[in-house]
Amino acid sequence: MAANPMTQFEVYRIGPEIKLGPMDISFTNASLFMVISSLAILIIFNLGSKKNSIIPDKIQLLAELSYTFVSKMINDTAGSKAKPYFSFIFSLFMFVLFCNMFGMIPYTFTVTSHIIVTFVLAAFIFIGVTIIGFIKHGFGYLKLFVPSGVPIVLLPLIVIIEIISYLSRPISLSVRLFANMMAGHTMMKVFGGFVISLGIIGGWLPLSFSVALTGLEILVAFLQAYVFAILTCIYLNDALNLHH
Amino acid sequence: MVKKIFFQSIFFNFFLIKEVFAAESGGMPQLNPEFWISQIFWLTLTFGILYVVLSKLILPKISGNLELRKSQIQENIEAAEKQRKNSESKLKEYDEIILKSKIKAKNIFKNARDKIIKDINVKKDALDKQIDEEVKKAEQEIDVLKKSAPEKINKIAIETSSELVKKLIGADVNNSSISAIVDDLSKRNGTKYYGN
Repeated sequence: MAANPMTQFEVYRIGPEIKLGPMDISFTNASLFMVISSLAILIIFNLGSKKNSIIPDKIQLLAELSYTFVSKMINDTAGSKAKPYFSFIFSLFMFVLFCNMFGMIPYTFTVTSHIIVTFVLAAFIFIGVTIIGFIKHGFGYLKLFVPSGVPIVLLPLIVIIEIISYLSRPISLSVRLFANMMAGHTMMKVFGGFVISLGIIGGWLPLSFSVALTGLEILVAFLQAYVFAILTCIYLNDALNLHH
Repeated sequence: MVKKIFFQSIFFNFFLIKEVFAAESGGMPQLNPEFWISQIFWLTLTFGILYVVLSKLILPKISGNLELRKSQIQENIEAAEKQRKNSESKLKEYDEIILKSKIKAKNIFKNARDKIIKDINVKKDALDKQIDEEVKKAEQEIDVLKKSAPEKINKIAIETSSELVKKLIGADVNNSSISAIVDDLSKRNGTKYYGN
């Protein structure tokens, strides 16, 4: 039976319906995997930071390498002023990475393949960065939309383009992650369906595709988490160090 | 034949799959807003807890661990540097001591050698003197013997000649005339007979 490749993205209630006023906040499979990812992150990093030996064991090395990796990424893109936002970007990177990676396990649910989740994250980043920019630079932050060295004639057009590009940041950020995750998982499901329907004779070709796609998707899962975090850093850099 | 079946099955299955998918089409579940609020709520909750726990408890610990390691390694490197310098100065001291003792040993050897040479020289001088003296004595004795030798020889010559004359001619010859002849001969040929 070849199932609809989109059924894997369906959200369903686990347990009873929970209502908060008019809002339905029931615990769903999406919530389950958010909890699992967060717990996995907390457990791994708690174990990695528990004992402090000069020569770290594997889990400590993992935690410290992740720490230095994210720290270096922030320092390279946003400079030393972004230090206070390190924990946020670290949490963000780890959350997206773990959600993506858990989604790679068969029969799991990919939290980040839902536009609403990625959009909430991106919108939060967008609003936060805008607020930081206005706090740091006041109305001078609007200079972000006026690049230097542009002829006066072109300036109105450029400003409009800059404003549109700035406002589309949350959309591009969220859609990039969501679309990548959804497309990858859909494709894997489609190839998996081919394996079933072509049977023992013809199923080997899509099966090999499926295997190759799994490798690719694991790469994409890491890459999209990295891109998400590094774009956040770049937006933060715009807000902290106004270059224009 | 197998190949043909293989490709045919692939080709025909596309139609099949299309039919199956079409039968279950329901659009994208992502755009169904039924659980949006729930997802936002749980995302905020889990990510919020994750952020708070990471930023307040775990990340400071990791950064502390890293700092501690860095400082400890730095300290160890400094200590090692100190030890190295220490050992270097010790080595220098040791070298100096060896050099000094070498010079000392050389001096001692030289002194001993000088002393021995001196001793030898003194003894040699004394021996030379003794030998010289003995040689002189012997020479004197030889001189004395040399001086006394002609007289004795003369006497023997006189006696021998008088005896010969007596035996040859049977007459006593005056000893004094013979001695005169011998004296005359020895005076003339003395140097030829006795050397200098």
